[in-house]
Amino acid sequence: MTTPARARYDAVIVGGGHNGLVCATYLARAGRSVLVLEAADRVGGAAVTREFAPGFQVSAGAHLLHLMPPALLNDLDLGAHGLKFAAHNLPTVALSADGQHLSMQAGGGSGARLSAADARAYTEWRRLMRQISGALHPLLNGAPPRLGTDAWSDRKSLMRLGWRIRRLGRRDMRELLRIGLMNVHDLLEDRFESPQLKGALALDAVLGTNYGPRSPGSVLSLLYRLAATGGTEVLSQPQGGLGALSAALGRAATAAGAEIHTAAPVERILVKDDRASGVALASGQQVLAPVVVSNADPKTTFLGLLGAEFLDAGFVRRITHLRTRGFTGKVHLALDRLPKFPGLDPESLRGRLLVAPDADYIERAYNHAKYNEYSAVPMLEVTVPSLSDPSLAPAGSHVVSIVVQYAPYELNEGWATGRQRFTDIVIDTLGAYAPGLRECVRASELLTPADIEREFRIHGGHWHHAEIAFDQFFMVRPVPGATQYETPLPGLFLCGAGCHPGGGVMGLAGRNAARQVMNRAA
Amino acid sequence: MGVTNRYDAIIVGAGHNGLVNACYLARAGLKVLVLERNPFVGGAAVSRSLYDGFTYSNCSYVCSLLRTEIIRALALPQHGLQIIPYEGGCTMMRDGGHLAVYDNHDALRREIARHSPHDAEAYERYVRDMLRHCRFIKPLLLREPPDPTSFRPRDIHELMFLGKHFHNLGEARMYDTLRFWTMSCADMLEEYFESEIVKAHMAGSSIIGTALGPRSAGTAYVLLHHYMGSIDGAVGAWGFARGGMGAITQALASSFKASGGEVRVSAPVEQIRVRGGRATGVVLDDGEEISAPVVVSNMDVKRTFLKTVAAEHLPAEFIDQVRKFKIRGSSGKLNIALDGLPSFPAIPQGSPAMRGDLHITDTIEMLERGYDDWKEGRWSRAPYVDMLIPTQIDPTMTPDGKHYMSVFVQYCPYQLADGDWTDAKRQAFGKTVIDAIGAHSPDFKDLILHAEIRTPKDIENEVGLTEGNIFQGELTFDQLLFNRPVPGYAQYRAPVRGMYMCGSSTHPGGGVMGAPGANSAAAILRDLGRKV
Repeated sequence: MTTPARARYDAVIVGGGHNGLVCATYLARAGRSVLVLEAADRVGGAAVTREFAPGFQVSAGAHLLHLMPPALLNDLDLGAHGLKFAAHNLPTVALSADGQHLSMQAGGGSGARLSAADARAYTEWRRLMRQISGALHPLLNGAPPRLGTDAWSDRKSLMRLGWRIRRLGRRDMRELLRIGLMNVHDLLEDRFESPQLKGALALDAVLGTNYGPRSPGSVLSLLYRLAATGGTEVLSQPQGGLGALSAALGRAATAAGAEIHTAAPVERILVKDDRASGVALASGQQVLAPVVVSNADPKTTFLGLLGAEFLDAGFVRRITHLRTRGFTGKVHLALDRLPKFPGLDPESLRGRLLVAPDADYIERAYNHAKYNEYSAVPMLEVTVPSLSDPSLAPAGSHVVSIVVQYAPYELNEGWATGRQRFTDIVIDTLGAYAPGLRECVRASELLTPADIEREFRIHGGHWHHAEIAFDQFFMVRPVPGATQYETPLPGLFLCGAGCHPGGGVMGLAGRNAARQVMNRAA
Repeated sequence: MGVTNRYDAIIVGAGHNGLVNACYLARAGLKVLVLERNPFVGGAAVSRSLYDGFTYSNCSYVCSLLRTEIIRALALPQHGLQIIPYEGGCTMMRDGGHLAVYDNHDALRREIARHSPHDAEAYERYVRDMLRHCRFIKPLLLREPPDPTSFRPRDIHELMFLGKHFHNLGEARMYDTLRFWTMSCADMLEEYFESEIVKAHMAGSSIIGTALGPRSAGTAYVLLHHYMGSIDGAVGAWGFARGGMGAITQALASSFKASGGEVRVSAPVEQIRVRGGRATGVVLDDGEEISAPVVVSNMDVKRTFLKTVAAEHLPAEFIDQVRKFKIRGSSGKLNIALDGLPSFPAIPQGSPAMRGDLHITDTIEMLERGYDDWKEGRWSRAPYVDMLIPTQIDPTMTPDGKHYMSVFVQYCPYQLADGDWTDAKRQAFGKTVIDAIGAHSPDFKDLILHAEIRTPKDIENEVGLTEGNIFQGELTFDQLLFNRPVPGYAQYRAPVRGMYMCGSSTHPGGGVMGAPGANSAAAILRDLGRKV
């Protein structure tokens, strides 16, 4: 690493993930001197592009951009900092073994087998989801309120929440209050006929979580995902993968005046006079700052970097019990050539391909994960990014990036032997929709949650840092006592996915945290 | 039967809630008729003799939730109700070990410490927190849930009451409460205990009657639902009604008659009559019509509105919501007549643990796998059983020296994946359960004189509960409080004037609690301008 220019900053940010970079940008724009310390040799956290086989590049963590609100993208002016899109407004396609795929895009669903009743129900579904996510979106744009305080700002934000829900109108409000904590299986069962449609919608509800479609709370996770964008989710693929987004975020932060150092792992958060006072790097160097913002997950932050001795026992217990184990894996395939996907037109093939033929299929895939087994027949979210962005693979070759569920953090049989078996299962599962796939695979890579933990330094390897569940959500995220991006230790703030509103490449936690830091300092 | 009287109110169904409702209305001076389809009152809280000399608590089998306020107001002890708390219970592990449970706190602590000293310590915290959750919920049980979409003064007042009640907890407790209500039982117990058997024992209550596994969010609440009752002030205690659960409904019927009420059994209501948007009475299956300006249904909400009221009288949206209401069959029951007291080598001889609820399970995973079976449309291969031998305490139910065992079984589906229930499948289900018990009791199978095996389908046929669901509707968050039974109609009033609901499909839900019956009576009396 290079040496920080100064011994003292207004704020030190631990971790240069997308949230850390966004937070740094806003603090620097407000005139603070900001230092970002990233352990890896490049910024981005789990939004990085890297080589996984000679000549093959892949977005190793997140592989599509869809949650970052357009307003934030514009505000950061990432275009000026080099962000280009290889593809924009990609379709989502629910694959079917017989080639009768169901394509879903902003306009609505289309596919050979969508009945008239389902088409109507789907239109109504989209209307309702747009309404609800429109009402909930503003919640994601600020710190969640604290309960039981006399602070006017908390009361105001609670009242605003109530008002927004009321403004939905009686019918939609009732529906929101009913379905909010429901399971998505029942909700879809009540509304749709097509197993394919139900499978595709259920996938969105459980992706990245420790839920099956029948788990109550899966609707909440779906609403959360929709609320992030206010109901107008647009799938994009940055040119050069998600790492290019991170690079642009890094340039935006630097342009705003922040100083970024990579290969600079932080070992400890320093405490002086019961306040955070700076950080000690693994190199032994210390950097002082009255504000330390951690982009690391809450367990790493409090138990690893800070130390339980600075916290009270009850708080430590809450942090210890925070559910942070991931159930989502990632598979990367390097292909010599692209096999045929019968029934899929070239435009659809560039999109997000879902292998979740029906909701029960997902539930069965989930059953195994509860007992530390991998899914025998897993659920997949597949992209072939090299179709839109040939720079990712040698000419004529292709990269397939697959989010796979469910892969437990700890596998009964051990990942040493399970790794190849599960990778084969994933290839064969996708192979059912692309005959001959296996013969095209030159190299493959599986990232289990344990690998994700290691590579991205996320305790438990959960891509939201902590499970999205009602008891770890909004006002109680990550845990009571550390909400609103603040912690029990004055001067120490959180800005990662473990905070409201959670993970996915969204950037809101970083921006909200920056605002909170400035509020508190003002 | 020729003389058809006019009544002030007719209650359809003589389950415990119907009778509680009837009692309150009769006590307020109304002329009340209760109509029951079966030849006996009680609904699912009955004592029946199905084998010579033996009395079975045929469906519901233990008591705790029945509100003290109701027991007192309706003078049930004077009408013969005796509730005998049991002093213990036991969970038996497959490896021969056990966790005994005692109502004596210190004894229980020692027993938990035998498995884990850490958990004995944590148990103090657990009890304290559970009692706090009970205290929080208690005042809400006997209240009408507010409609959060309404601007009526009463609703706003009730919403403010809720808000204030919640606010009074203080910040930290508010978060704890929010979390608790939405957590899975497994996650909740994980925050206290480390020993698998302790967690598995506690988790049993979170799945009883529920089509969810212990790892499903919301099951911590189901556990609380089984914890919030009390016997003579002992919160969380469970007991037997002397003479079987029918003693409760017999006492209610007696109290009702003493207030001048009238009960007719073997009088199935075919239809609730509606004219000009008003309920006007009922039609029995033999064509007899009985009029009353108030009709109250104790039946579950699906049976009431999809089968007993003509659809043309109801808003389409309401019917749609009723269809979406989840009433899932997930439990079976065995009633077994025994020639003597079976021995369970795991349980210390003479221990009070034997006289309470006995379970067979060791891990939450075993319960969860039982749920996976249910999801796939088959009964649990290794079922969770809640078995009791009340005749150790209450000798009135069997001949001398004989015993009655009630075995509640979770999970058992209403609809099997391989087709409808048949007698052979019912026997196979019973065999699974008997074998599971037999594995822990060498003489159990030889002592069986008679076994009645009941699937959810059988419970539906006998009691009329849709899918045989013991709560008249899943206790999930989307079906609690102002969402129970359906949003906008949580205040016991049907979309038809003069018609009310009083069953467990309404707030605060199932179990032999009586609160829905009492709350519904209060709503009716308020509408009639009578003193509540």
